[in-house]
Amino acid sequence: MSETKTIETVNIKRRQVLAGATGVVGAVGAAFVAVPFLGSWQPSEKAKAAGAPVDADVSGLQPGQMMTLSWRGKPVWIVRRTPEMLERLTTLDELLRDPDSNVSIQPDYCQNPSRAIKPEYLVVVGICTHLGCAPLYRPAMNSTDMAEGWRGGFFCPCHGSSFDLAGRVFRSVPAPTNLEIPPYMYLSETHIRVGEDAESGGQA
Amino acid sequence: MSDKNTNQTAPGGMLKWLDDRYPLISTWNEHVAQYYAPKNFNFWYFFGSFALLVMVIQFITGIWLTMSYKPSADEAFNSIEYIMRDVEWGWLIRYMHTTGASAFFLVIYLHMTRALLYGSYKQPRELVWLIGMLIFVVLMAEAFMGYMLPWGQMSYWGAQVIISLFSAIPLVGPDLALWIRGDYIISDATLNRFFALHVIALPLVLVLLVFMHIVALHKVGSNNPDGVEIKKHKDAQGLPLDGIPFHPYYTVKDSFGAVAFLILFAFVVFYMPEGGGYFIEAPNFEPADPLKTPDHIAPVWYFTPFYAILRAIPDKFLGVVAMGASIAVLFAMPWLDRCKVRSIRYRGYSYKLLLTMFAISFVVLGVLGALPSTPLYTKLAQIFTILYFAFFILLPYTSAHEKTKPVPERTT
Repeated sequence: MSETKTIETVNIKRRQVLAGATGVVGAVGAAFVAVPFLGSWQPSEKAKAAGAPVDADVSGLQPGQMMTLSWRGKPVWIVRRTPEMLERLTTLDELLRDPDSNVSIQPDYCQNPSRAIKPEYLVVVGICTHLGCAPLYRPAMNSTDMAEGWRGGFFCPCHGSSFDLAGRVFRSVPAPTNLEIPPYMYLSETHIRVGEDAESGGQA
Repeated sequence: MSDKNTNQTAPGGMLKWLDDRYPLISTWNEHVAQYYAPKNFNFWYFFGSFALLVMVIQFITGIWLTMSYKPSADEAFNSIEYIMRDVEWGWLIRYMHTTGASAFFLVIYLHMTRALLYGSYKQPRELVWLIGMLIFVVLMAEAFMGYMLPWGQMSYWGAQVIISLFSAIPLVGPDLALWIRGDYIISDATLNRFFALHVIALPLVLVLLVFMHIVALHKVGSNNPDGVEIKKHKDAQGLPLDGIPFHPYYTVKDSFGAVAFLILFAFVVFYMPEGGGYFIEAPNFEPADPLKTPDHIAPVWYFTPFYAILRAIPDKFLGVVAMGASIAVLFAMPWLDRCKVRSIRYRGYSYKLLLTMFAISFVVLGVLGALPSTPLYTKLAQIFTILYFAFFILLPYTSAHEKTKPVPERTT
């Protein structure tokens, strides 16, 4: 009786050691093999390389008009703001979530009241900071298809977020921060390069 | 004596050869011919078998669609048009697949309603419910990824919104969303991997879960509209007095139901395949344009209740949390409901009221989620979001103090 029991214990111990060793080595192997499988979901080298800057000629832009560029596959808007529009921006601080753009994304040279290098031209990434839709441009006060008391700006049709004409987000909407300002620079009076600026040594 | 060798329990010939090498007859008996189901199943009990039927439709039509579909950003939209116009019967196979997606959710929602009506999630069927909920979640992922494949405007912007949901997670969110997309924007890489998940990975998971759902169900036995346990009263042979063998009784009943269902299904496929813009939305007839969001974007109808909850909360992270919670909380049903009585037939007013309120808020949220967002609709969505969650918050209390009616010993 006691003999068979000892043999059983010895066998169980041996199996425990074998199982433990196999488990540890197997787990290490599984962790290593997970790296390529998870890593292969990261952006490819080709995707990373596709980030060239784009140039825009804004000389044809009328006051109040907006143009759309495609930069890294994202829409970038350039809006030529009228003096009235810029005037209106200064009256909105109370209604905004981040009026001074403290928690929003923009280059340092655009963290100012108009969020632009030259107040007349707003350059902004046209992607809602909520869930990534492209908001609609509704510059006029009380635009007919907007709610009562619309102050002019951008309205996201997906979830109802709204932004003023500097891309600053209003309170009580789902979007958490202001629209992103991309790095950009003036090549001349009327030529803008998006995706590159003087500060970063020409490389954004 | 020789008769015994040729009766049902001991087959001869080909069947015997097979059965000696594979547990054919015992499996058939255990799950079909001698699986005793309650004799009082009503209309609500069709939907489980319909779900299985729709899954088969989706598999077959889906396999055929992959034969002509091209999973690349440049070609996807055109390959769908090619299927619709040039491939013989391609339009029919595709419409079966798109209609099948909506039918799947319709059937699953009714199947889940049945469980809520008759307490089918209660002890000892908690695991049947949990596996069923997993099936529901996988099905949502499957439907979402499938909707992206045509690479229309709604495919693109729907994917943009849903993947951005992950970016709301603190700290890891933006990197996680980037990892899911495989690019800085929704692109060819995203489309390609979603195709792989849609046609291989998730269907495999789905089949496994459905198998487990049925195995778990057959272990504990089916519930019924009276919510009584048929195994409590057995005859001399140990068979439940209120049970009937699944085959031939329910196989015939379900076959009859399946034909009726398929007639309705065919009606939709032939006469209203776009489902009035709810099964296939109008913007999806335009190719994806990363620079322009359609003026009104809404998910397909079966996601709108959850979408309305997301939209109702004026905070990115909390909105995502609320939407996730609205689905996750359903997993807890077996433990939130503390009433011993299963069927709504014998439960108190509190549960009937709460369940009605829940059903109404689910439908109203579904309608609101399909409409554009205006201040009034947002306000309404907030009210009905509260009512939706109120069901789960009040239930543990009311169900513990419920005034129930006496439950019969046997089925009625």
